[in-house]
Amino acid sequence: MTALSQDLSPAGLQVMWNRLLAVVEEQGQTLIRAAFSPIVRECGDISAGIFDAQGQMLAQAVTGTPGHINTMAEAVMHLRDRFPAETMKPGDIYMTNDPWLASGHLNDFLLMMPVFKGDRVVGFTSCTSHLVDLGGLGMGPEGSDIYDEGLLIPPCKLVAEGEPNTLLLDIVRANSREPVANEGDIYALIACCEAGAARLAGMMEEFGLSDLDALGAYIIETSRRGTVQAIAEVPEGVYRNVLRMDGYESELELHATLTVSQGGMHVDFTGTSGCSSKGINVPLNYATAYTVFALRCIVGPDIPNNAGSLAPFTVDGPKGCILNAQRPVPVAMRHTLGQVTPDLVLGCLHQALPDRVPAEGASCMFDLPMRHAPEVARDGGREFAIEPVHNGGTGARPHADGLSATAYPSGVYGSQVEITEAVAPVIIWRRELRPDSGGAGKYRGGLGQRIEMTSANGAPFIVFLSVERLKFPALGRMGGLPGALGRIRFRDGVRDIPGKGELRVGAGDCLVFETPGGGGFGDPLERDSEALALDLRRGLVTEEGARAYGGGR
Amino acid sequence: MTASNALRLAIDIGGTFTDTVLVAGEDTILASTKTLTTHQSPADGAMEGAARVMAQAGRSLSEVTGFIHGTTLATNALIERRGARVATVTTEGFRDILEIAYERRYSQYDINLEKPDLLVPRERSLTIRERMSAEGSVLIAMEDSAVEALIAELDASGAEAVAVCLMHAYANPEHERRLREILAARRPGLTVSISSEISPEAREFDRLCTTVANAYIQPLMETYLAQFAERFSAEGVTCPILMMTAGGGMCTIQTAARFPIRLVESGPAGGAILAARIAAQAGLDQVLSFDVGGTTAKLCLIDNARPQTSRQFEIARAARFIKGSGMPVRIPVIEMIEIGAGGGSIAGVDRLGRLTVGPKSAGSEPGPVAFGRGGTEPTVTDSDITLGYIVPETFAEGHIRIDPEASKEALSRVIGSRLDLDDTGAADGVSRIVDESMASAARMHAVESGKDLGARTMIAFGGNGPLHATRVARSAGVARIVMPPNPGVGSAVGFLFAPVSFEIVRSRYALLEDMDLDGVNTLFAQMIDEARSVVAQGAGEAEALVQRTAFMRYSGQGHEIEIALPDRDLTAQDLGPLTAAFEAEYAKQFSRPVPGMKIEILNWAVRVATPDAEVPPVPDVPELRTIAPAAHRPIICDVDGREKQAAFVPRASLKPGDRIIGPALITEPQTTTLVSADFSAHADAIGNLVLIRDQKGDKQ
Repeated sequence: MTALSQDLSPAGLQVMWNRLLAVVEEQGQTLIRAAFSPIVRECGDISAGIFDAQGQMLAQAVTGTPGHINTMAEAVMHLRDRFPAETMKPGDIYMTNDPWLASGHLNDFLLMMPVFKGDRVVGFTSCTSHLVDLGGLGMGPEGSDIYDEGLLIPPCKLVAEGEPNTLLLDIVRANSREPVANEGDIYALIACCEAGAARLAGMMEEFGLSDLDALGAYIIETSRRGTVQAIAEVPEGVYRNVLRMDGYESELELHATLTVSQGGMHVDFTGTSGCSSKGINVPLNYATAYTVFALRCIVGPDIPNNAGSLAPFTVDGPKGCILNAQRPVPVAMRHTLGQVTPDLVLGCLHQALPDRVPAEGASCMFDLPMRHAPEVARDGGREFAIEPVHNGGTGARPHADGLSATAYPSGVYGSQVEITEAVAPVIIWRRELRPDSGGAGKYRGGLGQRIEMTSANGAPFIVFLSVERLKFPALGRMGGLPGALGRIRFRDGVRDIPGKGELRVGAGDCLVFETPGGGGFGDPLERDSEALALDLRRGLVTEEGARAYGGGR
Repeated sequence: MTASNALRLAIDIGGTFTDTVLVAGEDTILASTKTLTTHQSPADGAMEGAARVMAQAGRSLSEVTGFIHGTTLATNALIERRGARVATVTTEGFRDILEIAYERRYSQYDINLEKPDLLVPRERSLTIRERMSAEGSVLIAMEDSAVEALIAELDASGAEAVAVCLMHAYANPEHERRLREILAARRPGLTVSISSEISPEAREFDRLCTTVANAYIQPLMETYLAQFAERFSAEGVTCPILMMTAGGGMCTIQTAARFPIRLVESGPAGGAILAARIAAQAGLDQVLSFDVGGTTAKLCLIDNARPQTSRQFEIARAARFIKGSGMPVRIPVIEMIEIGAGGGSIAGVDRLGRLTVGPKSAGSEPGPVAFGRGGTEPTVTDSDITLGYIVPETFAEGHIRIDPEASKEALSRVIGSRLDLDDTGAADGVSRIVDESMASAARMHAVESGKDLGARTMIAFGGNGPLHATRVARSAGVARIVMPPNPGVGSAVGFLFAPVSFEIVRSRYALLEDMDLDGVNTLFAQMIDEARSVVAQGAGEAEALVQRTAFMRYSGQGHEIEIALPDRDLTAQDLGPLTAAFEAEYAKQFSRPVPGMKIEILNWAVRVATPDAEVPPVPDVPELRTIAPAAHRPIICDVDGREKQAAFVPRASLKPGDRIIGPALITEPQTTTLVSADFSAHADAIGNLVLIRDQKGDKQ
């Protein structure tokens, strides 16, 4: 490769910025292709980033879930502070899965690798991926503390000058139900770091850069300035919102106060309920990731994530509230409530920008891990473990209906019925939209869906539930009505089934899931009569449901 | 199959131009021409092109022994929503497969996005009571009374075509076939596409989309194909007309009318086939084909002279170029990535002060500012003019007048003033941004495919490919480029090298370790029978090769790896070697296999094709002679941004072995090749231009 003279013209800097963004996307793709965890494959639950020598994030891949925004940036700062740069050697890689340092629960492994030019550290690459199983009680809300949830690895050196720490890998294997897949995922993470480091070094060579200082300053300053300009378009003020959620053993309140000032936006969770005794608690880093993601969907969504675009957004909450859970509370299912923090903070932002913020949606995905009942394995029956994911409706937008059966804020893919049935002994008899489940409004909320499922071979199976909005619906805005509640029950059952805990599905049971609908936006009486007629013709709204719009046509 | 007296005609009807090429023998191009596409009646433009090449060559249509046709009509009908009124029939309980789709948004931060329009609204989404299991056994029988009720609903819906996609029909097509028979008898005016025939793969959403897309264009394409054949037959053509498919093969008109969805994107496939042939001739085992037109750039990886293929393709994207925003169709295709970067791509400055190029394009109307047809926003072509790479007096054989001052003014006004750059600085910036984005797309595509770019040769064509090739190659780390002769009509030329072929992919889930070998062997026997009979229609008694493939992956992993199977029944002894083959390929892509992990197979494929013609290797050229160019033109050097004198040479004047040191401009009627300062170019023995990067560019 020819070394060009260093070109710091606007176009030159921009070409390099684009290249950095391409490098992190390539890193991300490499990781997704090699990953074993279904949540990685289906949802792209990974991240990859590039950092300057000070640990400031310069570029991050846009991947399937927003849970890694900020968390990765903070984790790299922490690892860099913990391990002095002068002690690092080429080929070293550091890691942790500490939920409070990495990404909110033990399954997310975060790796960081220094990039050298000569004998000098000039930057870092980092990546995160979700591992299948780390022992403990497994991925579910049943743990009573973090120790129940599996193996926690404090910040440490995973690879020393190219040599993996075999003791550490042995420990990970010995503490997992899926040792082979875990090892595969760790090697994929190592390969991803190495590829990113090699690409960054190659790029610096190609562009004649001896350090990332000027490029980093340009990226961070341009992004910060653009973000601050976007924030300046939001009326200054203090905006408050409260969400009521189902919780586990008791109902919860989530509180947020959004302060919009000239230089930034600050969110505070003061007033939020305390932690649950089960694993639905959320470390602050993870709550921050989803909160900032939601704000950035409205304010400056076109600006890439980096230290400059993220700095103007700050989030805090009293220690011990369920959105700032402290050690050693259980956090395995932190995404259940993490995914509703966008509704929480958008409820604040809506007061400032009534015409730009959508209504509340189902938000928390119906992630339904299921596996054979223990006695099936004992008796030599067919064993299986799958994790189908299905979603409810999104909130209506200020100028458009919500999206039916669509993930937001997460970016998950819903599972295909034929694939689920091919790999597991279950039959899904119905997967259809729920008429009238979208909140009425000038713009209608997205519809939820109804899924009916039985065992295919008469063998019982277990479902691990951690879903929301079975008691408190997604609310509308500007006069829009709430979406329908979610509901779980047996078709012939008397009582509804709560949204959290283990559920046994017997031979004769038909399990019915109904995912929640999104809230409506604007007064239902203002709904365009043709839009309502079309909904009626399409069966999305029934004659009875049309009453919410003032009696139909 | 081509004897020395063969006379073959290829016609590629594109969105703007219809390209026609006439070839004698294996590959002697007698004549080629570009005519305007006549959208009202595309056969008119085709006939005009055919008449022109026949006149040029002094031959007549009755002498033609081979006729290959490709068209964008199928693609355009889908994009422009000009197809039939389709109703879907799915299993009771699954009315909303289209709307539910994969439950995702294609753009993470865009809360206002709209999902793609999938052609069939819910009021025409009908269901019927019946059910198959994943293994293909009947869980609920399809009763006659249910069919009666369905017919009444179909009548009420006003449907002109029906797409039937019942659960697990790939495993047992019985209900779909019976339903089609009854509908054919009772409602003969309806065209019916069934999923077990159109796309027998598991994943109900993808299968339904493919079936819907097929049904949507079937009435239109049936009529078009019949009229096209009739028209040419009336003008004296006696040989059968074969249609180019997206998979890079040819099929008969009858097959095309049954599976019109396989005709989408056949033009670009032709380009990839041309590149593959050049790769074979030149003995290049790793190639990147690079086809840049006015609006898009298309890239394809070609290994061992075979274009990379895929089983999925997206049509009619809601947000152009964003993955996941379109309608997926599962058909065999030559895998290409297409990005919104071409000569007409518009440049601007975003609100952060970042220079942006594309994906919006000025197209041919209004076109670049320099064309003086009303364009006011600077384009990539305007920047190439400003940098001196497009020489006004030779552009488009002088048919289009170029105003370089207008280009400069637009670049200064829109970009220079905001970024404090002069016109050439702005032009240089535009060029570097667009070239970097094409190179990034190539790198990303290689990563997603588990391949590396560095060792590849780029084969560049299309109106803007030769112009941008060196700049993109540098950015992508590619050191060698080949430009074929006639780069402007590359796709049509490629048609002439396509085999007659048909490919079928079918789902059947199996774990490698406890596979039902008899079941798989029976499945293959059925698929091969079906594919052979289709190929025999087009190839007659000619020999046909069978390629069997399994798509394997570690249980739990998403990425499938294509493993070739022997062309015979599988036995228990094959399982060990297959495991080894999978692990070897896996290790190649991911650096190490994962011992102890189970391997599963969901999809099986069969491709039956006539063998590729022997390709004579390119003879060596005598010693390269560095020639002293007669003329020069000033350009802004793309390596260091300084003004330099570039050699200015007509391509037609180059003899085999002639070598030119960059910077140079090599011109021909439909395009210009920029030889950057860090490249040299020479003509090989069969008229290709070969550019080699010699790493000295910055030291001049």
